[in-house]
Amino acid sequence: MRRADIACALVLLFLGGLVLWESLKLKIGWGLNGPEAGFFPFWLATGLVVCSAVIAIKAFLDRSSFARWPFVQKGAWVPVIKVALPAFVMVALTEAIGLYPAALIYLAVYMRWIGRHRWITTFLVSVLLPVVSYFIFDKWFLIPMPKGYWTWISGLY
Amino acid sequence: MEAFGNLLMGFQIALSPYNLFIATIGIILGTIIGVLPGLGGANGVAILLPITFVMPPTSAIILLSCIYWGALFGGAITSILFNIPGEPWSVATTFDGHPLAKQGRGGEALTAAFISSFFGAAFAIILVTFFAPLIAEFSLKFGPPEFLGIQMLTFSAFVGLGGGSAPKTLASIFIGFIMAAVGLDIVSGQLRLTFGTVELMRGFNFVVAVIGLFGIGEILLTVEEGLELKGVQARVTLRTVTRTLRELSQYWKTFIRGAIIGSWMGIKPGGATPASFMSYGFAKKFSKNPEKFGNGAIEGVIAPETAAHAAGVSALLPMITLGIPGSPTAAVMLGGLMIWGLQPGPMLFKEKPEFVWGLIASMYTGNVIGVLIVLLFVPFFAAILRLPFAVLFPSIVYVCAIGSFAVNNSTTDIWYMMLFGIVGYVFKKLDYPIAPMVLALVLGDMAESALRQSLIMSQGSPAIFFASPISAVLVTASALLMVWPFISPFLHGRGGK
Repeated sequence: MRRADIACALVLLFLGGLVLWESLKLKIGWGLNGPEAGFFPFWLATGLVVCSAVIAIKAFLDRSSFARWPFVQKGAWVPVIKVALPAFVMVALTEAIGLYPAALIYLAVYMRWIGRHRWITTFLVSVLLPVVSYFIFDKWFLIPMPKGYWTWISGLY
Repeated sequence: MEAFGNLLMGFQIALSPYNLFIATIGIILGTIIGVLPGLGGANGVAILLPITFVMPPTSAIILLSCIYWGALFGGAITSILFNIPGEPWSVATTFDGHPLAKQGRGGEALTAAFISSFFGAAFAIILVTFFAPLIAEFSLKFGPPEFLGIQMLTFSAFVGLGGGSAPKTLASIFIGFIMAAVGLDIVSGQLRLTFGTVELMRGFNFVVAVIGLFGIGEILLTVEEGLELKGVQARVTLRTVTRTLRELSQYWKTFIRGAIIGSWMGIKPGGATPASFMSYGFAKKFSKNPEKFGNGAIEGVIAPETAAHAAGVSALLPMITLGIPGSPTAAVMLGGLMIWGLQPGPMLFKEKPEFVWGLIASMYTGNVIGVLIVLLFVPFFAAILRLPFAVLFPSIVYVCAIGSFAVNNSTTDIWYMMLFGIVGYVFKKLDYPIAPMVLALVLGDMAESALRQSLIMSQGSPAIFFASPISAVLVTASALLMVWPFISPFLHGRGGK
């Protein structure tokens, strides 16, 4: 937990520094219309840098039992990755083939691979859910979901 | 009584068949959202926000607020039957609710929870009805310095009363404000913090942030903990309801205490959770048989539920009067207001009375519909949690993706949602509070323009924040709250760790 705490604080420190750099370029002083664009972000970033430095130092000095806890219990990474990875793949697929087909593949793969559901349940859920949501969003509320680059797929529905 | 006439007008709006229908849909969806792991009030409202773009604003806010009530009711179901608090403020409900369910008195516990939620809400709604116009009237005099003062007070309350690590709370507030600053600068029209990329020009959308942080992040956490759902069956019959109702009347003191604690704590940001614990603590202290607490005391269900629901309602009070949300869910609703083209703040009462009073009246109707629906359909809602995880999780991720896409019709937002999901997961594990970050992201532009306007008014002198008595008090109070976590260990003579 301690290493993760320090790492996270350092990432925040870096981001804060990045924002500081950008806001300095925008000018932080007093312009024609009062404070310039960089004024507010500059002070926010200063605050973030100070806070993350304090967090990092505190975590570095922390010898409590909380600090010695592992960030993730042994073996608990597996289910997290199993959920996160397919979700990322679905988002990537959405860019290519559209949200509904991507969701169909995602649901089917997930239910079959991780849930070990029977083919018939897998098939029913993974087909029904995207179809129902297609009618709700695209047809009823007229909010078109992403169709992807390959239009011949979205042309099918 | 001007308020009374306005309330009647509100009821005319809220009781129209269309709005009643919307309210019922909202309650049902909200309860489902409250029951599902990984979906809570805040991201439920966020996901459904795009749907409301096609509705008139009053119906839209009725839908969203009813989802909120439904989620509050839903939290009680999971706490009692499954020992899983759907929301942080239903943690206290599990202490006695789940033991009761295990003893086969689940029906009673649920009835007690719903009735007390209803009572707490009703109490707070009456307060809102009478105080909202007064507060709005008073705050009409507020200028930019006063508004900045209120915002500072809101955020310093997180630092001072949040209970978490102060530097982490502050860091999370700063991150929220920085994300809000990304994109077009509202005053000068310059592009900021885009690092030369087109993607960052639009800035970060709070809806996407909420869905990612609360939805995806929560799912990752749930999976990691390997939560097993072992539910207890419970049926609510008319006999249980009438019997419990008769039994409940003897606990009227617990009801009133909980409602007062909840209404008071709810006005402050993040107040619902401490309110529910406080109310539980008080109920135990003043009970005739405190030893029963923890083993299935019906009072132990009444106290936190009354307080949590009262706090949930009164969190909307600062939102509609001052434009400052008291909870992440209220923050999302406030964002909705801006998207529908309404300017949140005291002027809302003058400019859009039908909106404000329609909302207040719908709090009455929504909670009546809510208590009836949950009492009737408990088994149905409980059955949702019995769905296998391999069906639930991907479906929730899919729904979250739809919600984040629909805000701006951009697939980049789905990527952001996943990114926010990872951030939410890491932050939760490392004890960074997420609620202040979301509030900062929603309020960022307002806070910044209040600050810059104030400084323009005073030509750069910070003395303007002490020029009027109201802002002087607000700024001083928030400064005190900010330093409180740093000085309180010394006051208690512990001198830090």
